[in-house]
Amino acid sequence: MSAEFADGTAIVGIGQTEYSKAAGRSETQLACESITSALADCGLLPGDVDGLVSYTVDPVEETELARAIGFREIKWSSRVPYGGGGSQGVVQHAAAAVASGAADVVVAYRAIKARSGRRFGRADARPQAGFNHAGTTAVQWCMPYGIFTPASWMALNVTRYMHDSGATSKDFGRAVVQFRDYAAANPNSHFYGRPITLEDHQASRWVAEPGIRLFDCCQETDGSAALVITHADRAADTLAHVRIAAVASAGLFEEEIATDHYTPNLAIMDSSAAVARSLFGGCGVTRDDIDVALIYDAFSPMLLMQLEGLGFCGFGEAKDFVADGQLGPDGQLPCNTNGGLIGEGYIHGLNLTLEAVRQLRGTAINQIAGARTALVSASRTATILQVD
Amino acid sequence: MLPRPAPVVTDDNEGFWIAASQRRFVAQRCNGCGQLHHPPRPMCPNCRSLDHEWVELSGRGALYSYALLHYPQHPAFTYPLVAAVVELEEGLRFVTNVVNIVPNDLAIGMALAVTFVEIDDEMALPVFEPRRES
Repeated sequence: MSAEFADGTAIVGIGQTEYSKAAGRSETQLACESITSALADCGLLPGDVDGLVSYTVDPVEETELARAIGFREIKWSSRVPYGGGGSQGVVQHAAAAVASGAADVVVAYRAIKARSGRRFGRADARPQAGFNHAGTTAVQWCMPYGIFTPASWMALNVTRYMHDSGATSKDFGRAVVQFRDYAAANPNSHFYGRPITLEDHQASRWVAEPGIRLFDCCQETDGSAALVITHADRAADTLAHVRIAAVASAGLFEEEIATDHYTPNLAIMDSSAAVARSLFGGCGVTRDDIDVALIYDAFSPMLLMQLEGLGFCGFGEAKDFVADGQLGPDGQLPCNTNGGLIGEGYIHGLNLTLEAVRQLRGTAINQIAGARTALVSASRTATILQVD
Repeated sequence: MLPRPAPVVTDDNEGFWIAASQRRFVAQRCNGCGQLHHPPRPMCPNCRSLDHEWVELSGRGALYSYALLHYPQHPAFTYPLVAAVVELEEGLRFVTNVVNIVPNDLAIGMALAVTFVEIDDEMALPVFEPRRES
């Protein structure tokens, strides 16, 4: 299937809860709040919804949502693996359901209590054959060695990336400083009013040396985000007409998710390169057309690796691209204008899609003037959104 | 001191862990086409054979990547803990710890050899240490 199959579908509604350290209510309630907010955003009613998509790791059951929100007949439901790497896959599933006629109005959602509930960054995970249906099994080969967390898994890729590319912790820090700058202006973010300097970044403690300091890590967050996806013509009379120009996914041979240690060259993000080939192959959008990018920054080094994988820079050049200020509001590729997962919070990537929609509607806090085309990338899934 | 988390033994990987408990470092070799695989899997992705055996490896390799883990800390380990990806002589990758080394001596490409740490009376875990050329 080509990436532009989704042409004719649109994200018409977005909704979220507050992002916090302790939501104090169930994930199901958080999902109910964000979904009804997204429906109100586009003037649709629960009875209009006939499709549901989420992550395989999301704890909220479709039946519970129907029971609480009052959905009448769900004709399509699906779940996407790959954890946060699949966060744009939910857009792909929803758009595919709409484009094929399997459903008319699809809600994509993620609800998470990554701060007050089970934290990704803690060492309390028990070894298991897989990892909560995240689409990975290689976790079992890390746990006996004390390699417990996404930061420690990915640090193995990052050290090799640093070795081969010449990137340093300071290069990662420059991206973090930019994201914290954006976040400082965003009242919805974890770090509202709290920018940092490169010196602050360099003084933050090691999580996994030499690539990942505390300030390189995204913020484990409680909250929920939701999108409403339907036919673009159905959206035409609403305020927000954000078309899904292209959407793609790439699950490659021998590739794992966060424990991706078996592909030939760990300094390169092959899945990003594959997704970029699909995205930029047929829909007529080029890299130069991207006005704003939202790139999954669970850890800042992955941002640089994706810039290279997506083809915005050659290998080893992302550090200069970042140092030259290209991610800033006046740069070539304003990036993570909500503060990213590092600055705004970690709703497992779906909050990046919401920010892309706000940018294209012209309603973002750090609005990029005249933004018409946005890229959202989560390493192995990505989407291009457009307004006319 | 708490023990390390025990490996998860499954139908697909138990040959590896039985060998490890006997202090043998093995990989799965397809009896259809002869390819080696790690991590183990029920079917050979090259020839689709279901028939394989567990063959002992040389136990030699080179450091492909590493990280010094500082946080979070688990009582079974001392920190910083050396996490590593080793490129084995046979061409496979293996995620492990490097032991008997000070962090400053870690260098990508350095020669390593397998050794074992005991998890309990029954289970041992293959880890790597610097290899002295002989």
